[in-house]
Amino acid sequence: MRFPFLRRRSTASAAERYATATQLQLTWWRFRRHRLAMVSLVVLVLAYGMAIMADFLTTMDPHDTNAATSYIAPQGIHWRDDNGAFRPYIYGLKGVRDLKTFKLNYTVDTSRKVYLQFLAHNYRWSVLGFESDLHLVGLRNPQRGDGIYLLGTDQLGRDLWSRLMVATRVSLFIGLTGVSISLFLGIVLGGISAIYGGWVDLIVQRLIEVVRSLPTIPLWLGLAAALPSSWSVTQIYFAITIIISLLAWTDLARVVRGKFLSLKEEDFVLAAELAGASQVRIIFRHMLPSFASHIIAAVSLALPAMIISETSLSFLGLGLRPPAISWGVLLQDAQNIQTLALAPWLLSAAVPVIFVILAFNFLGDGLRDAADPYG
Amino acid sequence: MITFLVRRFLLAIVTIWLISVASFVIIQLPPGDFVDTYIAQMAASGSQVSAEAANAMRQLYGLDRPMYVQYGKWIVRVVQGDFGESMEWRRPVMEVIGDRLWLTLLLSFAALIITWGLALPIGIYSAVRQYSFGDYAFTLLGFIGIAVPNFLLALGIMYFSFRWFGASVGGLFSAEYTLLPWSLGKVWDLMKHIPLPAVILALGGTAQLVRIMRANLLDELRRPYVVTARAKGLTERRVILKYPVRAALNPFASNIAYLFPYLVSGSVIISIVLGLPTVGPLLVESLISQDMFLAGTIVLLLGVLTVAGTFISDLVLMWVDPRLRRQMD
Repeated sequence: MRFPFLRRRSTASAAERYATATQLQLTWWRFRRHRLAMVSLVVLVLAYGMAIMADFLTTMDPHDTNAATSYIAPQGIHWRDDNGAFRPYIYGLKGVRDLKTFKLNYTVDTSRKVYLQFLAHNYRWSVLGFESDLHLVGLRNPQRGDGIYLLGTDQLGRDLWSRLMVATRVSLFIGLTGVSISLFLGIVLGGISAIYGGWVDLIVQRLIEVVRSLPTIPLWLGLAAALPSSWSVTQIYFAITIIISLLAWTDLARVVRGKFLSLKEEDFVLAAELAGASQVRIIFRHMLPSFASHIIAAVSLALPAMIISETSLSFLGLGLRPPAISWGVLLQDAQNIQTLALAPWLLSAAVPVIFVILAFNFLGDGLRDAADPYG
Repeated sequence: MITFLVRRFLLAIVTIWLISVASFVIIQLPPGDFVDTYIAQMAASGSQVSAEAANAMRQLYGLDRPMYVQYGKWIVRVVQGDFGESMEWRRPVMEVIGDRLWLTLLLSFAALIITWGLALPIGIYSAVRQYSFGDYAFTLLGFIGIAVPNFLLALGIMYFSFRWFGASVGGLFSAEYTLLPWSLGKVWDLMKHIPLPAVILALGGTAQLVRIMRANLLDELRRPYVVTARAKGLTERRVILKYPVRAALNPFASNIAYLFPYLVSGSVIISIVLGLPTVGPLLVESLISQDMFLAGTIVLLLGVLTVAGTFISDLVLMWVDPRLRRQMD
């Protein structure tokens, strides 16, 4: 036997380590060799890190509207001053009054530099009781209308970068919450189905077939539209999550059931039974650890589907509704092709959507390959 | 085989029943009954509905009775082909839906054909020429197909065609045909418009199917019978097409039941982005304006047609694939 992942250690201790390693350790060793999956893992950890620190990373108040700063193109940060010293700045904005409509519009004023400041104080934010007004970057001495518009602004003059940060948090965590609910349903129904067998199994299997043959999007749309408009943002958030996960648990249930059934026949389960272990102990101590990695793989493949569902629903205006911000809500502004031609940066929310979904898919593939450590 | 058919048929009935319950729930969910909505709408447009008329309507639709009685009345009327009236359009629901339902099905079916037509040759190529440049290229394309939600793809294509050609690629008909009654020219026009949305719709499913096909065929190609066939001097083409490909075709058969609902679902969203005259935009409009009879009917009809389509495709596949018939016995 060869142990390529332990090449640097001496063979004797490597063999020993291999023999005594737990299932999850073995999976992890195999997973580490999967380069694309490792990169994806890093991308996702970064994405979730950004999502957690979303408010800290915003440069402007994501809800702050200002009609005068609508559709400002993305602004680049200039890192070095004229004399070459590291002193990042952006160009200021100057208000120009339209002589026909008397509306004040802001355009970029390249004659005026506004310097950036790291760890600046700006609007107050709070997350789960933690409150602060500290932000990663801010402006040193801003004038009226000045702002850091890294990705430009939307029609209402809201900063897209800041909105994207908050949206990332909402969309990524709606995926996690939804998958947790689906996973719970999948484990309970799949497990019951496999353990009891007989007519219970039959009913659950038929239920899975029925749910899988439903055209999901029309049903989601119908159920989501029926949510009362008087509900708060949080209530809608959870209702949408539940609606999405109610139709997405079937794949997880199938994985759980399949694994349960195949493990039932394994010698070590028989050994545990003969040794007098209780049913509960066999399931949790012996069976669960050996298919935990399969479940993790299935979850990481189910997550992107959840995220796409939420994004699609919100994109159609039937998921999360403003003032809530999610990727779908942001992309809703990009629906109109004329607007999009005028302000293509409105499509920027598509980039994180694609990257996160791709990363989850690669991660899931890597995990699935690694999930059979003895294979 | 008969038992299998009966089981499938019963399952389809149960599914349709579940869909009908869900549609009914959707119709019922908004606060107040729909007579209230109707009265409010009439009031908004200046006319009055007397209390007697309202009560008569409530009695007609059985709104004063318990929920299951209401459902029973509704389903009886639905089975008779009476889907109620659209409040927004003041016309029978079926009239409002019109051709849209068939266009939705046509689009989904076209996407299904494209999915198969693309996935089969690409899957075979990728497996036979494993790790070649083409294999990597298709794998990359496949991942993009999975990662880009089809509404984003539609949006991107709309944007670039607008930027580069200054023209919108949306719609299923040219402007001059939109309002005309059906004719050969209009059908031809439709045939010219349908490939683009169908390809957009098909891409996600194709990517998944290619990956399954590739993996299955790779498994088959390693089997001893392939070596035997080669040793006997069969041409490479015959070796691959005659047995391993046919054996690896299983996912095509087993996945269709889930592919078709997936495509119908997707068609709703891309129709909205591309402005296609299918039921998708109508569904979203009706849901936003709480035109519940219209919305519920669309959900119901889409669901029923999906189930029917899946059932028919099951039959066809059984007719085509002898192994499936064997398994059923």
